[in-house]
Amino acid sequence: MARNKEAVVLLLDVGPSMHSVLPEVERVCSMLVQKKLIFGKSDEVGFVLFGTDDTYNELQKEVGGYEHIVVLRNIGVVDGNAVGFLQNLPRGNFPGDFIDAIVVGIDLLIKKFGPTNKGKQRICLITDAKYPIKEPYEGTKEDQVNTISQMMQTHGIRLDCIVIREKLPGADLRVMEENDSLLDQFSRKAIAKIVHVDSPTSLLGALKTRNISPVTVFRGDLELSSTMKIKVWVYKKTSEEKFPTLKKYSGKAHSSDKFATYEVKVDYEYKSMEDPDKVVPPEQRIRGYRYGPQVVPISSAEWEAVKFKPEKGVKLLGFTDASNILRHYYMKDVYIFIPEPGNQKAIVAVSAIARAMKDMNKSAILRCVWRQGQGNVVIGVLRPNISSVDNIPDSFYFNVLPFVEDVREFQFPSFRSFPSSWQPNEQQQEAADNLVKMLDLTPSEGEEVLQPDYTPNPVLEVSYCFTQTVSPTCYDKIRRFYHFLDLKSKQPDADVPPLDRNLRGITEPDPAVFSCHKSVIDNFHKNFELKEKPKKKKSSKRAWRGKPSASSEEEGVDGEASGFQSSNLMKDSSNINVEKIGNLNPVQDFEAMMARRDSSKWVSKAIKEMQNHVSDLLENSYEGDAYSKAIECLLALRKGCILEQEPKEFNRFLLGLYEKWKDTDLANFFELLSSKNITLISQKEAPDSNVTEEDAKNFPVKAELKSQ
Amino acid sequence: MDLDPEGLFRDDSDSESEFYQEKDFTKEFVVYLVDASPKMFGAAGSDEDEKTDTHFHVAINCISQSLKAQIIGSSYDEVAVCFFNTKEKKNLQDLNGVYVFNVTDRECLDRPTARLIKEFFYVEDTFMSNIGSRYGIVSGSQENSLYNALWVAQALLRKGSSKSVSKRILLFTNEDDPFGSITGATKTDMIRMTLQRAKDAQDLGISIELLPLSRPDEGFNVSIFYAELLGLEGDEISHFLPSAGEKLEDMTDQLRKRMFKKRKVKTIRFSIANGICIEVNTYALIRSTSPGSIMWLDSITNLPLKTERSFVCADTGALVEEPRIYFHPYKNEIIKFSTDELSKIKKVSNGQLHLLGFKPLDCLKDYHNLRPSTFIFPTDEEVVGSTRIFIALHRSMLRLQRFALAFYGSLYRPQLVALVAQDEITGSSGQVEPPGMHMIYLPYSDDIRHVEELHMSADAIAPRATDDQIKKASALLRRIDLKDFSVCQFTNPALQRHYGILQALALGEDEMPDIKDETLPDEEGLSRPGIVRALQEFKISVYGENYDQEEANAAAAKGCGSEASRKRKAMAETAARESASYDWADLAENGKLKDLTVVELKYYLTAHNLPVTGKKEALISRILTHLGK
Repeated sequence: MARNKEAVVLLLDVGPSMHSVLPEVERVCSMLVQKKLIFGKSDEVGFVLFGTDDTYNELQKEVGGYEHIVVLRNIGVVDGNAVGFLQNLPRGNFPGDFIDAIVVGIDLLIKKFGPTNKGKQRICLITDAKYPIKEPYEGTKEDQVNTISQMMQTHGIRLDCIVIREKLPGADLRVMEENDSLLDQFSRKAIAKIVHVDSPTSLLGALKTRNISPVTVFRGDLELSSTMKIKVWVYKKTSEEKFPTLKKYSGKAHSSDKFATYEVKVDYEYKSMEDPDKVVPPEQRIRGYRYGPQVVPISSAEWEAVKFKPEKGVKLLGFTDASNILRHYYMKDVYIFIPEPGNQKAIVAVSAIARAMKDMNKSAILRCVWRQGQGNVVIGVLRPNISSVDNIPDSFYFNVLPFVEDVREFQFPSFRSFPSSWQPNEQQQEAADNLVKMLDLTPSEGEEVLQPDYTPNPVLEVSYCFTQTVSPTCYDKIRRFYHFLDLKSKQPDADVPPLDRNLRGITEPDPAVFSCHKSVIDNFHKNFELKEKPKKKKSSKRAWRGKPSASSEEEGVDGEASGFQSSNLMKDSSNINVEKIGNLNPVQDFEAMMARRDSSKWVSKAIKEMQNHVSDLLENSYEGDAYSKAIECLLALRKGCILEQEPKEFNRFLLGLYEKWKDTDLANFFELLSSKNITLISQKEAPDSNVTEEDAKNFPVKAELKSQ
Repeated sequence: MDLDPEGLFRDDSDSESEFYQEKDFTKEFVVYLVDASPKMFGAAGSDEDEKTDTHFHVAINCISQSLKAQIIGSSYDEVAVCFFNTKEKKNLQDLNGVYVFNVTDRECLDRPTARLIKEFFYVEDTFMSNIGSRYGIVSGSQENSLYNALWVAQALLRKGSSKSVSKRILLFTNEDDPFGSITGATKTDMIRMTLQRAKDAQDLGISIELLPLSRPDEGFNVSIFYAELLGLEGDEISHFLPSAGEKLEDMTDQLRKRMFKKRKVKTIRFSIANGICIEVNTYALIRSTSPGSIMWLDSITNLPLKTERSFVCADTGALVEEPRIYFHPYKNEIIKFSTDELSKIKKVSNGQLHLLGFKPLDCLKDYHNLRPSTFIFPTDEEVVGSTRIFIALHRSMLRLQRFALAFYGSLYRPQLVALVAQDEITGSSGQVEPPGMHMIYLPYSDDIRHVEELHMSADAIAPRATDDQIKKASALLRRIDLKDFSVCQFTNPALQRHYGILQALALGEDEMPDIKDETLPDEEGLSRPGIVRALQEFKISVYGENYDQEEANAAAAKGCGSEASRKRKAMAETAARESASYDWADLAENGKLKDLTVVELKYYLTAHNLPVTGKKEALISRILTHLGK
């Protein structure tokens, strides 16, 4: 346990420019502490804020300077209170100096541990590095960084730095560049990692909240041949972080029992079929392997003697063009082959092969048996990973490939063989091209939204959250669990928290991206039509309709695009019981629905759908091309509402339409209305209406006055 | 390889198994209907050398392979094998020219057994003498062997309801005009009867599939007769790929692929933007095959045992019901969760696929992988127009070299996925890669480990290969080139051996089969002089001249005295010395071992090379055992 114990000092910038992202900073730091409470109970944490109004740190007392830095919590073993510290970070009003903060952090660690605990001390700096740092008393800033790096190295302290900058105009570029180069200097001179993130969501993913000490899968030779071998270590590169295992609860223990575990044990008993009361002891049990309908009994000793026992070793089978291995054949989580640490020759050998593979675009095929006694072999593909950091050697990624038995070669029809009604035409293809081009998650060079490396698992996030009642906002699945866990610890009856706004960006499309390409999407929408086939059984609404309010949009909108409707769409509308209003014959559909007597819901549904249909027609009309259709529909709707004594529905709808569009180029539509005698429904027509005949006639002029 | 007690729980692992299994649990009953007419025994290839390979052989081969695959897939599917145009007859209806092949201990339509596979594999050897071949439809006779065959097949498939079971007849033949030898009214009559028989079968929910065998010089013309039998219309005939393969292996390959029935995992909605939501089917094309589950048997009777699970409260020892509440310790407290709450937590999304945007293909890194991919293919079954949108996007993505990033809100693990468009690739053996998109499950930041940084040294700059070294490596790469490597050209040696052993044991054979491990490197190829030279040159360029010598020296130096080993040695010596000063036998005799300290006890253990772990009692008992007390 103590082997993996680590000490972390969080250096948090709370200066003015950081205020907007502080909620996320609070969250990600709380997460770090919460996970430590579960996975690293003896880890130690300390919090230092900089850019604060106050100053409270020992260095300031001892040597002066170091202003606007507050040691919020000295280094100590994590406890529940630690989370409390991070819930409401004070907002500071001074520009923070991150170099000073690092010095304070180092000071804390040195005072606490002295020369011990090397390599298990970490400083996490979260800042936007927007303000200039102070000139040092002597030498240059670079010299200062060098001295600090030296110090960190001798004490075995690592630095993780997250620079968060949302795109903000007006920032001082020169200062930021200087700061960045100073930070980069750390990564060259000390063991430091600098990460730049540009959104709060990425921030959540950028900080490693759980400290897992990786274990090698294999250490030994990568055999190119029996004579040429390279010493490598193999680790897992990706591994799914699972939902924590929960224990089963038993409430049987007496309340006064202090040592109660509340656990439930599970016992298995194996009983003979013939005599259900007879328990068969373990030594009398034997394994049976299924082979078709037969079960073949084999004792483990026998099995051991005959089973497949490959020799341990990693052997090269050969190189091949990278294009021979399609991406979707990767089977499992990914391994990384690094040259044996400190072995210069291995590092060079790996580097030479990796770079040659990269240049020639080749992959290597390996056969791996990681451990002696392993019952199977692994065939996989080795890909080069050229390091971009000077002090990290080149390495390889390794992905497992399938065996013949693992692949099912189903045959699918060729797209070309589909009937022409299923093929997109040129216009539709262009709309799709535009969609793919515009909904780009890599808006500019080097930028990438939702990069896996910085995207946290929303579920884990929220569950951590649940354990912590304090903040009602929280995170996504595993995250969600931790949140919930914390929440529950404070408030046992807490409800599962909803997904946080930032995490929503992971599970749902970003409305900002989508709205800024609205025209592309609308065009795409206009070009394609979808139609749901009536279900055989009357089931509840299908999931694809999404939110009820959105259903109207989904129905496919295009009056004018009906030219694209293929003949196979027509079949469906000939259904006897009309259940919704389609695009082809909306008026007939509406009348048929209004006429249905098997349930009262049809009338309100028909009215609702017709209203949506009219809205859609107008919304998508271009230079009035959909007006005539809309008028037809409105007339039908008006008639229906009078018949069914629902005048208010119609009046409210018409006024709503008017309010929405009176100031747009659709205004001329309303002029058309009065010429077609489409007015509000007056009391004379339907007693339920609260509109007088006069008012009705004056629409839309009257409405204008009213609204003003 | 235990009974996997975990799997019985309502737990994460439960839903995980769901990922690897197909939802479509419907059983399948198949009748392989093989034409055994003399034409099937003619040479299949146009080449004179290929005389031994007949179409009949190809068919038997395919069925054999598929039976093996079936038994491994621990499938409950049932099969029957039936020949027609035979001399002998064997079927319930006692119809001429139809022979239902079967082995002992098995019904005609039943799950495949080891014996069936074995005997069927050798059926060709004795076929002529036991079953015989002859044309069943000849002029002047009223016999109609095809009609009879369909009748028998239909009768075999009578069991099981068509709702829960999918029933298929797979027809292997190389005769595209079965009624070609007769003329006149008899012919029309026979054709009419046969078609009616086929239609009856289809009305009963039995699908008839044709696996045509053809020679390169004469194609199989589906439209002569079979199009009508299968109910193909217009366009469909041209899609019905006539497998006039160049090579016989290609045809075998093609047939083998077509014998699979596609099973979808499920149908999901793919929401694209602004309420446009299409429907796609997902398929598990790649999943690792495991040796299957085991069951516990009574070693005396070899009968299966019943497993009973009971829950015991750890504090009171009382038997309890299966708990509905789980807990996790947190901050010295116990936080309880109900199963409802847990499922609510996991439910982030509604099971749909949500498009988030597109990225260039090079953003998909090699380490962005967690699990085998899932294939998606559009369906117009419920949402008409899905296929058209899918094809349009598919084309755009291929053309613009982009993949789609989407969020897949599955219940098992809501996850970001990359949708990579795959164009159709066809080879000589038919479709190699189907057109569609592959859903690749991406890791979250929590799942990615930064191992490279683990051994980062602050001062030392990692050496890089020089241009010359890279050049040498490139030369080596060119030498050891697997030209036509294709993924999954290897069978899994562990599985092959597993099933080889099981088959041998199931048939009561003594000899264990010898399975060749195809995955071993080609030693012979690697010892070709060109490769050896390239290797040697590369080795010298990166390691220097005397690497092996240095290594040997280093190893030797290690052997005779690294710090740790010296220390160990010294300890062993002290222990032996100290241990000699006690009379262990006497101490043990008088039960005085417990009066010694743990340190003293360990002297004995270290001196005798025994493990020194455990509590004092454990140490004492270990000493006693060693002394033979």
